[in-house]
Amino acid sequence: MRKLWIWLPLALFLAFIGLFASGLFQPDDRIIHSRLVGQPLPAFTLPAGASDRPALASASLANGKPRLLNIFASWCVPCAAEAPQLMALKQAGVEIDAIAIRDARPDVDGFLKRYGNPYARIGLDARSAVQMALGSSGVPETFVIDGQGRIAYQHIGDIRADDVPMILDRLRDAQ
Amino acid sequence: MIAETGLAALWLAASLALLQLLLAFAGLKGGKSELLAAVRPAAVAQGLLTATAFALLIILFLRSDMSVLLVATNSHSMKPWLYKFAGTWGNHEGSMLLWVTVMGVAGAAVALFERALQRDAHMATLGGQAAISLGFYAFLLFSSNPFARIAQPPADGQGLNPLLQDPGLAFHPPTLYLGYVGLSVAFSFAIGALLTRQVDAAFARAMRPWVLAAWVLLTLGITAGSYWAYYELGWGGWWFWDPVENASLMPWLAATALLHSVTVLATRDALRAWTIMLAVIAFSMSMVGTFLVRSGILTSVHAFAVDPTRGSFILALLAIYIGGALALFGWRIGSVREGAPFELVSRETMLVVNNLLLSVILGIVLIGTLYPLMTEAFGHKVSVGAPYFDRIAGPIALALMIALAIGPMVRWRRDGAGAVGKRLLVPAVVGLVAVAVLAAFAWGRIGVLPFLGLVIAVAVGAASIAPLWKRNLLRTPLFTWGMVIAHLGCAVSLAGMACDSAFTVEKLVAARPGDTIQTAGWTLRFIQIMPVAGDNWTALQADMRVDRGGTPVLIRPQSRFFASPPTSTSEAALLTRWDGQLYVVLGEEVEGGRWQLRIWWKPFVTLIWLGGVMIALGGALALVGRERRGWLMKWRARRALA
Repeated sequence: MRKLWIWLPLALFLAFIGLFASGLFQPDDRIIHSRLVGQPLPAFTLPAGASDRPALASASLANGKPRLLNIFASWCVPCAAEAPQLMALKQAGVEIDAIAIRDARPDVDGFLKRYGNPYARIGLDARSAVQMALGSSGVPETFVIDGQGRIAYQHIGDIRADDVPMILDRLRDAQ
Repeated sequence: MIAETGLAALWLAASLALLQLLLAFAGLKGGKSELLAAVRPAAVAQGLLTATAFALLIILFLRSDMSVLLVATNSHSMKPWLYKFAGTWGNHEGSMLLWVTVMGVAGAAVALFERALQRDAHMATLGGQAAISLGFYAFLLFSSNPFARIAQPPADGQGLNPLLQDPGLAFHPPTLYLGYVGLSVAFSFAIGALLTRQVDAAFARAMRPWVLAAWVLLTLGITAGSYWAYYELGWGGWWFWDPVENASLMPWLAATALLHSVTVLATRDALRAWTIMLAVIAFSMSMVGTFLVRSGILTSVHAFAVDPTRGSFILALLAIYIGGALALFGWRIGSVREGAPFELVSRETMLVVNNLLLSVILGIVLIGTLYPLMTEAFGHKVSVGAPYFDRIAGPIALALMIALAIGPMVRWRRDGAGAVGKRLLVPAVVGLVAVAVLAAFAWGRIGVLPFLGLVIAVAVGAASIAPLWKRNLLRTPLFTWGMVIAHLGCAVSLAGMACDSAFTVEKLVAARPGDTIQTAGWTLRFIQIMPVAGDNWTALQADMRVDRGGTPVLIRPQSRFFASPPTSTSEAALLTRWDGQLYVVLGEEVEGGRWQLRIWWKPFVTLIWLGGVMIALGGALALVGRERRGWLMKWRARRALA
């Protein structure tokens, strides 16, 4: 028995070396793939996040036409940087809904006045509950929702100018 | 010329390490004492040569010699001299040179000052140290030459990470490294003991001061690193469970366990195999940590430039040294006799409990650090954060603290449970008083772990000074004082951690100059925002007058911008009072001329680092005390003979 114990540390260590080697030679892949892709949206009903836009509920997102669901906040700097790209997408005919995270209606109004308002409907998620149910961990994030209310794609971080064609492709694929 | 001389010194040192290894091996194998006689001079010369190479690299950095690639990529002539100096080890090549320098100098110290070890074991230890050094010399010379020149020297360098431009960085990494790499001596001692089959109390007494010295430096380095992250990163936290922090914590946990088990071996000749194992693990953890940080297989805020060849090189070194040591352990430990037995209620048992708990925490930290790597091997991506470490390691650390309170009150060899219980009465009463006071004033306001933490800190504080009760304080040996102070330091540090998580008040506001902010009894008057400039940065600085009833004090949090490379950092303003720290960070400008301000009042948070310093001081006292006693005994024996 003692004989076995003596060799245990070496065996464990060799397992670690194998692990390290596999980690070292594996190609670097830092893209996070959401598990919710292909899944239906979780059910939610949110109060209106801005004074001049209607509120948002998950049921209304499955109306046959693919759309974007943008997760943003008035206090988030990259969200302001993302605003021109969202405006460009809107001008390309994309319907965009939004959820404002940990926010207050007057602040959202101020943000939209300053950076433009590409949104059709805005829900207010004051405690991040819906955000967490969506598997979103930060702002901004953007989901492509297909006509049946399923998540087709999750974009983490702000949409850069060169991401716009890719987002349009994703929307087309979700038809 | 300086760079070429440095490279030559490095090559010479590497050849001497090879010579040292061969001499020790051939001498021990053939029993030739004339060969063995040359091992010590070789070790000393090797230490001197590496130190010379390192000194020359420092000179290159201080003179901003841009014809040296390393200086050009990591320094800048505009930088204040202290950061040019610190830039020497603020990069991969320089820090690896520091690594071999510490190994070489530690080896020279073992050659010069180690007298207690038997000759053969001493020579085998020096051979082991040379063998490990050789791998790292090869790594430096073949894949990370710090002295490489560039054909077209640039007009100026590419700077240093501005986060690292801080006086803390000039001293915290070398201290940490001294401890981290100093553990290589314990590793070599273990190799020497296994090769010569000399595992006994005398061996433990010889190894103990080296372990203590490395452990003291490691403790200081971790404490300083934690304080640096606390004030420099501006997040208000003092430990982030970042892979690099874990890489320094794991050797510390192993070394702490080793420190206690080596005492059992020295005093009672028990725990032989276990002590050897820990000596191997402690330095192995240093090497694994280095691998994790340098290979870039884990992402970290500390990540240096990532290079897969370097990663494979270090992995090969790990496989050879750790694998070799563990194989030697398996092969030889069977022939080491079992140590002395002991009773269930005894100091030995308590130290075994200490070792088991420390090992479990080490395992938790290791698994947490490697878990992302393990799941990635199976195609899943996860990251492990503070909640895992806090929730899993926290309760075990509290159990460890309880063991720490009981341990020193139990006698060696055999004790009675009733007698121990009686000795624990006072700390237990003190702990119950703490429960009552806390329950009365803070019930429901603080979490379970901080609550338990505070109670245990108070009880352990009382228990840790128990070894001094009814003793003549002047005649109490220095190493007993060392233990008391180190254990008290653990209680002090724990109290600081618990206070920080239980009572910290955080306020996030957007304020404009002229506003007054009230929080946690403090009044902050926001006077103005001013641009200021330093040597190689410009900053926006908020002037604020703060008080809590007394004379107002001016504090100035800054948001700094560095030109080369372009980066910004936040310089938190810290106001230290006896009962805590006010921590103010200046954020971005928001709408309408308002500025984001983060304000924390952190009661007694400074105890965390005060405790760390006390732990290191305790270790230093124990080291001095033991050495002085050994020296006095020798001196008395000599006088008696005369």
